[in-house]
Amino acid sequence: MNDRRTGGPAAEITAEYAKQDAERALGFWIYLMSDAVIFALLFGTYAVMVTRTVGEPSGHALFHLTHTFIETILLLLSSVTFGFATAAVTAGRRNEVLAWLLATFILGTGFIGMELSEFHGMVAQGAGPDRSGFLSSFFTLVGTHGLHVSMGLIWIAILWVQVLVRGLTPFAASRLYRLGLFWHFLDIVWIGIFSVVYLPGLR
Amino acid sequence: MLGRLTFQSLPLYSPIALGGALITILGGVAVVVLITWLGQWRYLWREWFTSVDHKRIGMMYIVVALVMLLRGFIDAFMMRTQQAIAFDSRGYLPPGHFDQVFSSHGTIMIFFVAMPFLIGLINIVVPLQIGARDVSFPFLNSLSLGLTVAAAGLVLISLVIGKFSTAGWSAYPPYSELKFNPGEGVDYWIWTILISGLGSTLTGINFLVTIIHRRAPGMKLMRMPLFTWTALCTAILMVFAFPALTVASGLLALDRYLGMHFFTNGHGGNMMNYINLFWMWGHPEVYIVVLPSFGVYSEVVSTFSAKRLFGYKSVVYATMAIAFISFTVWLHHFFTMGASANINAFFGIATMIIAVPTGVKIFNWLLTMYRGRIVLTVPMYWTVGFIVTFVIGGLTGVLLSVAPVDYLMHNTTFLVAHFHNMLIGGAVFGYFAGYQYWFPKATGFRLHETWGRRAFWGWFIGFYLAFMPLYVLGFMGMPRRLERYYVASWQPLLIIAEVGAVTIMFGILCLIVQLYVTYRNRAALRDTTGDPWNGRTLEWTTSSPPAPYNFAVLPHVHDVDELAMRKERNEATPRPLAYRDIVMPNNTGAGPVIGGLAFVFGFAMVWHVWWLAIVAGVGVWSVLIRRAFDDNGLHVISAHAVEEAELRRFPTPASS
Repeated sequence: MNDRRTGGPAAEITAEYAKQDAERALGFWIYLMSDAVIFALLFGTYAVMVTRTVGEPSGHALFHLTHTFIETILLLLSSVTFGFATAAVTAGRRNEVLAWLLATFILGTGFIGMELSEFHGMVAQGAGPDRSGFLSSFFTLVGTHGLHVSMGLIWIAILWVQVLVRGLTPFAASRLYRLGLFWHFLDIVWIGIFSVVYLPGLR
Repeated sequence: MLGRLTFQSLPLYSPIALGGALITILGGVAVVVLITWLGQWRYLWREWFTSVDHKRIGMMYIVVALVMLLRGFIDAFMMRTQQAIAFDSRGYLPPGHFDQVFSSHGTIMIFFVAMPFLIGLINIVVPLQIGARDVSFPFLNSLSLGLTVAAAGLVLISLVIGKFSTAGWSAYPPYSELKFNPGEGVDYWIWTILISGLGSTLTGINFLVTIIHRRAPGMKLMRMPLFTWTALCTAILMVFAFPALTVASGLLALDRYLGMHFFTNGHGGNMMNYINLFWMWGHPEVYIVVLPSFGVYSEVVSTFSAKRLFGYKSVVYATMAIAFISFTVWLHHFFTMGASANINAFFGIATMIIAVPTGVKIFNWLLTMYRGRIVLTVPMYWTVGFIVTFVIGGLTGVLLSVAPVDYLMHNTTFLVAHFHNMLIGGAVFGYFAGYQYWFPKATGFRLHETWGRRAFWGWFIGFYLAFMPLYVLGFMGMPRRLERYYVASWQPLLIIAEVGAVTIMFGILCLIVQLYVTYRNRAALRDTTGDPWNGRTLEWTTSSPPAPYNFAVLPHVHDVDELAMRKERNEATPRPLAYRDIVMPNNTGAGPVIGGLAFVFGFAMVWHVWWLAIVAGVGVWSVLIRRAFDDNGLHVISAHAVEEAELRRFPTPASS
């Protein structure tokens, strides 16, 4: 790949890779649709289970708007910073990409940290996932999203190292594009969780 | 250290279970010894296991399917034998063991026979039919195979270490919950489903993108061969239906492993939610399994009637309609849940409606044959056998879609007869038609005709003998999954069904003999033309077997039956003036390695060996991360090498 200018096999491979970029993007979109079905079913399950508290704490007793609000802001901001990273990729500014990815990573870690502290607090209160149907579905829906965000964090770390060591290669740029799709997708899912789980739960 | 794993996990509880375990072990050892004796490990690893060539991956899928078919059939045979003798007696199988047998039979036949068989056919055929050099994501393809094999391995090892689920292939709670089923059986089922389901989802994504993006120039959607159309619809169904299975079995796992209450009896669980989720996947799955067969029949009927498929467009629209409606009928699997009459009516009507496009296709196939120059080859036998059989199954299905009737027939052997009618007479016949039809393309040899016909008659007659009595027994009120019974009038019919199972066994033996006879007569059966059947679509323009890159020069497409059109115009496939470099993906060991680790992970989770699960999970991630740094997954075949290969394959000017 390094001798792109000299022609020969390496150039052909890079050209072929670039040609397949649209395919990879479409494949990733379809994966996201498939993942969206998983979330849709978890939302549906939550909707069925939300009243099944069987005497255990309900959302009203457990949710704190301030906490969730800060969490939400962290995740939304991380999407903004990722947007800046994407812009920097297009402009080809490697150091900016690294900086914005780092910012995204820190915000994402903050989000996961707050989520874990919320979960920990609930379990300590005696409201763990094994207490009621409602709590099972709450922990599973929100936890699945959190698991996705954690995977995204690992992915950011991998690409951060890749860009640091190898620079903004066409390969890394292509991967960053799909990571961006993933990250923004999780943002959208969180908006759903905020509106379906937390807001009605506060009443 | 070893979790729940103890010496009690060995199948010493019954001589039959021990026998099954020994046969599994001996079979595995025999294969390993044979490969070692032939000194073929290196060859297999380099050329097959690590291959990302869609044709080889497809062939490996079909090998998996055929091996698992034997296992699944043995299960079926054990059940038939038990029911044939268990009138007013205990038979020869203890109840718990009988339950394992029907659970593994269903699981194996759906996930490890039907799925790998159809995915194998799609793998071999679709890229060739659309004039592509490979699928969009070759590594993902290899990974899907690895995951499928890992999950099949879990089912197989459950015969040796521990027990398989006794909760049926659908694992309905609350019986599949920890309270009633504390052993490892349901856990085996769960990890089998989760791992193979992931593989199927990835396959769906792969082929959806491949068909959208890799069609040869000129191949508009409405110029795609029918098999490719059905593959496209199946891929869409896989992408959108399999998540439901993942959620259903995943939530069941959370109940069992973390004490949650999704489907438990108490604490706010709702078991009907499981059954909804399961069949939201399960009904589209029926069409995932059968649509590719419809595609095979369309190709076969058109080729061997030497006619364009009658009403191509109507078959395409019918296929798409089926794919769409298949998401709106799932509730007919549990009319007896007690939903309101209106809900049952909605799903009942939707079920009747889905029979319409399916019926349309029957007419398309019949009218394609009408006034065609029919050649009764083995694939044609399967196709004609299918048309007759499938109509019967369709009619009994429409009968069951009437909710009040379903209240009577629910959970009886009538239902068992109906869905085997669809799955054997609809899906499996199609897989065998496709297997016989494309075997020369994949391997370079035609299969022996006479043994192929014998296999067909074994399956065809055996099917009727085995399942028509079950329809009658259903009317007589016999429940499914019965390990013993006290109604004397049932026994004669069950004995006929047993004779049917023996006849199907004859069919299976013929398929095995056919392979052997083909191997012995390989010189006479060699396909040197690449077009042994006077085919009509692009796959028959390549040599048999095709070059790794399929097409030295990508074809231009002008017609649905591109090759037939060229033949009519006496256009030989032209030899190009100049060859170009071809970029192809590298082989990689990542797929099989991840498959192996997934197997270890699943096994460790079943037996609660947490440290091993963590090790295997970290292993999977390490391989993936290692691959995320791999920029150089492609290699170049120089124009010169392509030209040499082409001259070797087509010494005379290209096939005409």
